[in-house]
Amino acid sequence: MAQIRIENLRKDFGSFNAVKASTFTIEDGEFFMLLGPSGCGKTTTLRMMAGLELPSAGKIFIDGEEVSQKPASQRDIAFVFQMFALYPHMTVGKNISYPLLSQGMPKRDVKKKVSEIAEILGISDILKRPVGGLSGGDRQRVALGRAIVRDPKAFFMDEPLGALDAEFREHMSEELRALHDRMKATTVYVTHDQLEAMQMGDKIVVMNHGVVEQFGVPQDIYDWPATKFVAEFIGSPPMNFLEFQGMIGKGGNAVQLNDISLDVPQSIDGANGAMSFGVRPEHVRLDDAAPYRGRVKATEYLGTTQIVTLETANGDLKARVASSDKVTVGDQTGLTFDARTITLFDAETGAALRSQANEGVLSHG
Amino acid sequence: MAEVTLSGISKSFGADVALDDVSMTVPDGAFVVLLGPTGAGKTTTLRMVSGLDKPDAGTVTIGGRDVAALTPAQRDVAMVFQQYSLYPHLTVRQNLEFPLKSPILKTPQDEIDRKVGAVAEVLQISHKLDNKATALSGGEMQRVSIGRALVREPSVYLMDEPLSSLDAKLRSDLRIELKSIQADSGATLLYVTHDQTEAMTMATHVGVLDNGKLVQFGSPREIYEDPVSVYAASRLGQPRINVVPSNLFAGAPSHAAHIGLRPEQIVQGEGEDSFVQRVEHLGDQTRLHLSFKSHDLITVTDAHTPLKEGDIIQIRPDKPFFFDADGARIS
Repeated sequence: MAQIRIENLRKDFGSFNAVKASTFTIEDGEFFMLLGPSGCGKTTTLRMMAGLELPSAGKIFIDGEEVSQKPASQRDIAFVFQMFALYPHMTVGKNISYPLLSQGMPKRDVKKKVSEIAEILGISDILKRPVGGLSGGDRQRVALGRAIVRDPKAFFMDEPLGALDAEFREHMSEELRALHDRMKATTVYVTHDQLEAMQMGDKIVVMNHGVVEQFGVPQDIYDWPATKFVAEFIGSPPMNFLEFQGMIGKGGNAVQLNDISLDVPQSIDGANGAMSFGVRPEHVRLDDAAPYRGRVKATEYLGTTQIVTLETANGDLKARVASSDKVTVGDQTGLTFDARTITLFDAETGAALRSQANEGVLSHG
Repeated sequence: MAEVTLSGISKSFGADVALDDVSMTVPDGAFVVLLGPTGAGKTTTLRMVSGLDKPDAGTVTIGGRDVAALTPAQRDVAMVFQQYSLYPHLTVRQNLEFPLKSPILKTPQDEIDRKVGAVAEVLQISHKLDNKATALSGGEMQRVSIGRALVREPSVYLMDEPLSSLDAKLRSDLRIELKSIQADSGATLLYVTHDQTEAMTMATHVGVLDNGKLVQFGSPREIYEDPVSVYAASRLGQPRINVVPSNLFAGAPSHAAHIGLRPEQIVQGEGEDSFVQRVEHLGDQTRLHLSFKSHDLITVTDAHTPLKEGDIIQIRPDKPFFFDADGARIS
């Protein structure tokens, strides 16, 4: 069990800067997600924490001790990869006991430990089976067993469910999270799947182009994204942006889009110029009487809800409404937006403008 | 444009029955999605229509004509696969022209130019026509391979998980594009996926396959709101439908063995106590993992619910589905 602290971590591969000045803290016992698109630096960050890559600059602390330049073997971390690399010629039991035997633990203790772990993972009955004939799920459980059995300070997982199909993936992610809740071991988990991150994580770091865009609890990041990148990467469909030229004064609480006034949370700094009006699909309502207009381009049925794509003077927009609402492609309709949920962004830098609503989240992120 | 019918199609590979007496009509201009887990027979069904495999029994017709004696090339179908197999040494334009230059079609060059231009326009790749195919992103390559199918204007399009190797954002863009291309052109499309979002959002009809059998065929709404079995009900809906023993709640018909509850069929704040095991904030909604009389249930609640792990919440079913011991729906 361990707290892990990252300070100004940086990694260059030749002239390519993979990770720039990342800083965040993973508390003891947390299930922590490193989230971002491919090439964002999340795997490189994890590999530096594990000691599989050495940082170009910056520091890594595990339980207060600086480990930045220590080799992986001295960090007491267990790594689980996407492709569960098991020893194919060994039984399940041998695969799990291998790390302990190679550490020189007495055989009797190993046996006791392995049966404990097998119990937790629900694989006691297959300990004597060769790993060759196992299902994907059982293989993943064995790979986890081999990581858990060492009682490491922390678990690092790099897209461990990436190779599984959707249905099974959901099942395994629930199982992984339940396992974590029983063992309370610090876990750092790399994924590019925002839903997986929201679902499993206590905290999320969102990375893009080697930069930490935002760091916090999932619901805060969803509600109050720090940048347009985060707003688009998290949520499905992502946050909508209505692009406009305008201004908002310090303490102002409305903006003008095509001469229509739309309410927003009270602005702290004010702004003038190109801005984006950010609204989540579930906070858009179709209301014939509203002055802000859109034309229905497409509807997508999703069971209880439907996604309606609308064309507006400020760009396309998606609304999530009840599937019982009658919406016809081609129709003109008015739109209202839940003013309490709006984020304004600087269109140029992509940074969220501070308001009374998002200040609490952005100030600690 | 053509109607496709399958009647009594069976196919075995050695001892494995891949398709077992499948009958289905794909109406002219329909977007039919075949849904099911790995091994259900989705891809085999496509291969029967394309002619890449021959059925052991049964008949396939395209546009009213029995195609048993026709080769894949003669059937006038176009296939798009998950792996975009473009010619890497050719440009985007040459890739798109390739099918039209086939000796069977003998299309005149001005006709080719017109078709390639129109398709490139629809797929928003006009500005990339003279790029090498390998100089494209994954999404663009898949657009080109869809384009290569479109230029031929075949009677039927067959697509096998064409979007599954793309990232989430591209997938959702191409979903809308594919659907509007199909709707505008009136093409007949048979499409295989195991992604339920694709099935729900694009299909005019969904065919649910289970171990080589077609168990339900209908609109996405019919399958979601009126499933014939536990299996069909479990194909659509996120989180998936809860299936619990019928005696867990009062009011089940006597011959019911299971009750099926989608999240919206669980009313919160009324009924009997359940224990909140886990609260998952997904942003737009929150999932509640409940324990009710030692059975697990998953439902959905408000994004900013004050509920926490360890709380008690009352629940009761609202117009649930009932199933018999074999999983068949009882009406």
